[in-house]
Amino acid sequence: MSASASSLRAWIMNPWAKARFLWAIAVAYVLWTLLPVVVAVAFSFNAGKAQTTWQGFSLTRWYADDVNSVWQNTELRSALFQSLKLSGLVVAIAVPFGVSFALALDRWRGRTAASVNFVMLFSFITPEIAIGVGLFLLFTQAIQPALQGFTAQVFGLSMYEMAYAVIIVRARLLSVGREYEEAAMDLGASPAGALRRVLLPMLSPAIFASVAIVFAAAIDNFVISQRMCASAQCQTIPILIYSSARRSPLPSLNALASITLFASTLVIGLAALAYKRASGREGKKATAVPVGL
Amino acid sequence: MLKAEPRGWFPRWFWPSFAGPASIWLLLFFLLPFYVILAVAFGRLDQVFLTAEPVYNPLQWNTGPFRDVLGQLSDSRSIAQLTFVRTLGYVGIATSLCLVIGYPVAYFIARHAGRAKTFFLVAFVAPFWISYMMRMFAWVNLLQPDGYVNRILTALHLQSSPRLFLNGKASTVVMGLVYGYVPYMILPLYGMLDRINRSTLEAARDLGAGQVKTFFRVTLPLSRQAILAGCVIVALPMFGDYFTQTLLASTRQTAMFGNLIVSSIESSLVNQGASLVIVMLALLMIPMIYYLRSTKAAQEMADR
Repeated sequence: MSASASSLRAWIMNPWAKARFLWAIAVAYVLWTLLPVVVAVAFSFNAGKAQTTWQGFSLTRWYADDVNSVWQNTELRSALFQSLKLSGLVVAIAVPFGVSFALALDRWRGRTAASVNFVMLFSFITPEIAIGVGLFLLFTQAIQPALQGFTAQVFGLSMYEMAYAVIIVRARLLSVGREYEEAAMDLGASPAGALRRVLLPMLSPAIFASVAIVFAAAIDNFVISQRMCASAQCQTIPILIYSSARRSPLPSLNALASITLFASTLVIGLAALAYKRASGREGKKATAVPVGL
Repeated sequence: MLKAEPRGWFPRWFWPSFAGPASIWLLLFFLLPFYVILAVAFGRLDQVFLTAEPVYNPLQWNTGPFRDVLGQLSDSRSIAQLTFVRTLGYVGIATSLCLVIGYPVAYFIARHAGRAKTFFLVAFVAPFWISYMMRMFAWVNLLQPDGYVNRILTALHLQSSPRLFLNGKASTVVMGLVYGYVPYMILPLYGMLDRINRSTLEAARDLGAGQVKTFFRVTLPLSRQAILAGCVIVALPMFGDYFTQTLLASTRQTAMFGNLIVSSIESSLVNQGASLVIVMLALLMIPMIYYLRSTKAAQEMADR
């Protein structure tokens, strides 16, 4: 044990090797960030009820069978559908609005455009709790409290996540340039025709990427969804995890969390493939997609 | 033949109209809510039920309740000030730790990862699409008295009895914050370090600087902007965070500013909650504007 430890030490401290110390830090970092999640996903396949002891592998116990699985427990099932419904609607609003806003910003370079853009970027870095409290007060004090709940969640989140689509599509617009639609209009296309037949197809990889990122962000959103939700009916998966994590939850909660993880990984993976294929076809270097920010 | 001005092909209103839906959305669900926050914070209080009555006319605003909140925050014995100072401490320590962890990782991915670069990039982007709640929930289970962390520590004889990590330990909350937000630190750092031209580094080496000196004289000064941007983008959401604390500690002794806001809103003291949000935003305004300006400058540099 001590011999291997000292040889490990020698390996790390070897001044002739390249950046072994940095390798060790990076590997440790990756383990630290991903292992807890791997363990949580693994426990969604636990055969027993424990959250801290492995009791054997079971494929579907917490997903489909039993009374406590995601599929049978009404609370969990309703959270799953609520999350999917919410993020679907948010994508349906935020992506078209964001794409059209990115087009406006790129082509209409006025002072008004710049200040609206500033407001949007501001909304993006404001701590979510401030937006959450603001929307909460808007819906409970200023407008009908009846709107609070699912409708308010859709409104608030579609505003908050719009910025992702704007940032991604704008980056793409910069690399596409104006030549193609100008050529189309030289050949007799109307402005709307040039937009529909030339520009939108060229933007499709960026639109795919926005759909994926907005979907993943919306399905994971907690603060705004929670502030807008006063009843059990509008509980989404993150809200449910938050409210039950500390009171001995069942592994079916892990199963539910894993389902969101699988869903967003799938969507992001598909979008990454589509993006790569579309930009590869053009033989250009892909524009970096600002993931996360 | 002169080329026609391309702008002329589209009607003047064509592109501005595209900004319409998004502008309306931002107005209704971003700017208007802030006006409502002001109206509630500077509104009237019902004398009997202490419910807030928003006042929408700025000329009739009443600053009394807001000044009460400020008074509480400046009273050194109040819970509000204690919470505020604690939050500053947590955010300060967690941000520094994010930098200490994030910088070497970003440096490694940008310079030394070699063929493993794609793997490390995917691994470091992964937390962005794994739900924050799930990542915290994973730690809740690991840190239980009979969880894996305690079992490993006991098995290694580093402790004789399980430690209660989740019973209001400040270190657990800070660890949670670092864990939650460190990817946001790595992102700008990696972007900057990856852009530094190799020939700049080679020039430094040719001029006789060693590896360490090159780092301190070239790489570090060039990444100063990204370090600041990373610190701001990590500290902003941490300052409004309340869920990490609730999941990993949930005691009064570890409560953060966000918890103060949420608990006033949830106990119907909306007036106080609104005032606290105003205080928070007033404090964060300068770093927020700094961040927006610095990313704008970086964007313009990249476009050129």
